[in-house]
Amino acid sequence: MTEQDWPLFEVFLRGRRGLNHVHVGSLHAADPQMALRHARDLYTRRNEGVSIWVVAAADITASSPDEKDPFFAPSGDKVYRHPTFYEIPDDVPHM
Amino acid sequence: MSDNPFDLLGEDLDEGHRWAFGTGFTDPLAGVDTTVPAGVDAAALARYCLALGDDALIYSHRLQEWVTRMPELEEETAIANIALDLLGQARMLLARAGGILGQTEDQLAFFRAEKDFRNVRLAEHADRDFAELVGRLLIFSAWRLALFTKLSAAPDPVLAAIAAKGTSELTYHRDYAAQWVVRLGDGTDVSRHRMQHALAVVWPLAAELLRPDPDAALIGAAAVDAGAVDTVLEEVLAAAGLDRPDAAALAAVGGRAGRDGVHTEAMGYILAELQSVARAHPDATW
Amino acid sequence: MTITTQPALQAHFDDTIAAERRIEPRDWMPEAYRATMIRQIAQHAHSEIIGMQPEGNWITRAPSLRRKAILLAKVQDEAGHGMYLYSAAETLGADRADLTGKLIAGRQKYSSIFNYPTLSYADVGVIGWLVDGAAICNQVPLCRSSYGPYARAMIRICKEESFHQRQGYELLLTMMRGTDAQRQMVQDATSRFWWPSLMMFGPPDNASPNTAQSMAWGIKPHTNDELRQRFVDMTVPQADKLGVTLPDPQLRWNEARGHYDFGAVDFGELKAVIAGNGPCNAQRIARRTAAHEDGGWVREAALAHARKHQDHEAERAGLAVGANHD
Repeated sequence: MTEQDWPLFEVFLRGRRGLNHVHVGSLHAADPQMALRHARDLYTRRNEGVSIWVVAAADITASSPDEKDPFFAPSGDKVYRHPTFYEIPDDVPHM
Repeated sequence: MSDNPFDLLGEDLDEGHRWAFGTGFTDPLAGVDTTVPAGVDAAALARYCLALGDDALIYSHRLQEWVTRMPELEEETAIANIALDLLGQARMLLARAGGILGQTEDQLAFFRAEKDFRNVRLAEHADRDFAELVGRLLIFSAWRLALFTKLSAAPDPVLAAIAAKGTSELTYHRDYAAQWVVRLGDGTDVSRHRMQHALAVVWPLAAELLRPDPDAALIGAAAVDAGAVDTVLEEVLAAAGLDRPDAAALAAVGGRAGRDGVHTEAMGYILAELQSVARAHPDATW
Repeated sequence: MTITTQPALQAHFDDTIAAERRIEPRDWMPEAYRATMIRQIAQHAHSEIIGMQPEGNWITRAPSLRRKAILLAKVQDEAGHGMYLYSAAETLGADRADLTGKLIAGRQKYSSIFNYPTLSYADVGVIGWLVDGAAICNQVPLCRSSYGPYARAMIRICKEESFHQRQGYELLLTMMRGTDAQRQMVQDATSRFWWPSLMMFGPPDNASPNTAQSMAWGIKPHTNDELRQRFVDMTVPQADKLGVTLPDPQLRWNEARGHYDFGAVDFGELKAVIAGNGPCNAQRIARRTAAHEDGGWVREAALAHARKHQDHEAERAGLAVGANHD
């Protein structure tokens, strides 16, 4: 991360007919207010009545998706196992 | 593989959260009763709608030039939204004027000469950096929102409806611009310097917005509360820690400016580009 | 992870793939799968963002206000698609700014098709018809990608791109029913974009050694040649309906195969374009680079402001000037 890179925010929406907020993706913003505006542009049609939550990705603590799996400890962990960027070698085969 | 490529597309997986900004792709005033009410001067109404439509058309053009040049991808969607909103307002206003003048929105947009365009000169200005973009947008959207708020009560029901729809859009535009002016004014030394300079560049073009319009009275439209617009700008400048520019209004040419069809030198180039393909194929349908 | 658990983790991963369940961000996965997935998703994202340029080239000159609105909305959609995809790549531990850096440095690629110039308004329609059409052929199978966030992004994207393809085709139909000049424009654009569209499916199968691994990982359900054939089969009738001639004298229906035979694609051209020697490579990267570099001071200012004012002062200032329409 440089001095120019905006942090990651996760976006949750509850539609007019929805009962709860659903995770729809993420975006970058400098602050939560900007994140809210961008979420409106990116994930909705600026519909009135759509409730948007944005949360800094760094603030989310997540469980393993498969709690019964003996390979994963049941205690919480950060959303991404690699909070810093993952170095991709240039010679990795691609399609 | 046996499935049709479109098979997966039938399921509505996102319950209306379609992110892409939708615009009406049908005729802008389709199905609307376009009779001009008694007591409203039709010629004045046409001139007035043309003015506000041209403002939006030319302003949108300048914002379109920023597509693929924005400082961050999220700003691309924001600016495209604003450009689309203004284009939509332009289409409806030109259609309203065109209905009275016997011309289509496209005939007005693509086949009028420069001297017949009625946009203010602020709309033509090419923003040299992002600070000018948000500074100019703040002035334009603050004024246009104040105007449309008044026009929502205009005697012409079509103009009133266009204005009512536009107010929620313009509120978003003004918020966007204001938040950025504050961020840049109260960000880094570099951004503050650029933002202050940007305001100095665009401020002289603001006075023209408040010139009294004789057509407004003829159609029963209330004037903009200039004091209220100024209050808005002052609040944003204060929050941004920026000084109000001490700049004289840009001089008119023999008393004439944008509303009189007397534009800046930039306008010729804008129209040359905007009208080029349509004019190359004057008999074509697109 | 200790070595003794590795085979079990691998088996769990293999079972998930085999059962056509999704791999999710926090699941264990082989490092090569993670790296391949990041690269594939990132290059897809880069394609969307770079793809804004050839089409964006015609927004200001669109010959009707309706077409202008459609094109502007389409290009905006592409920005959004790019962001959805970067978002998916970031769930794998990538960083968007880093991916942008790799694009600019030429270390990651984008779809070859966007290295061709758009020279007339008909190109806008042809891109919708052929390029989005080819992209849909490539992308619909990805809606079943083994990696969850990518599959979900692809479903949303495919839905929107089907609109784009129809709008492009509709523009071409309108033009083909118009003036002679419009018809010539459509034919010229088609002739320039046909072969590059076929190249979008990549090298032939016998020159794609990685296909087998990608197919085993549920990353790539079909081979390049399979998808290319399917695209040709779908598109030839569409061309007939338009009344344009596809620039391939060897194109003909083969009853025995149940497919169209078509001429040899110049894969040398594809190779050159991928290597950076297409008509617009330098220009596309230069534009993306300029936007990124010219915008640095803006991004920095926004962060500086946020750090100074974590009590939401910008929001208060911005909203204090008017009612909050939330």
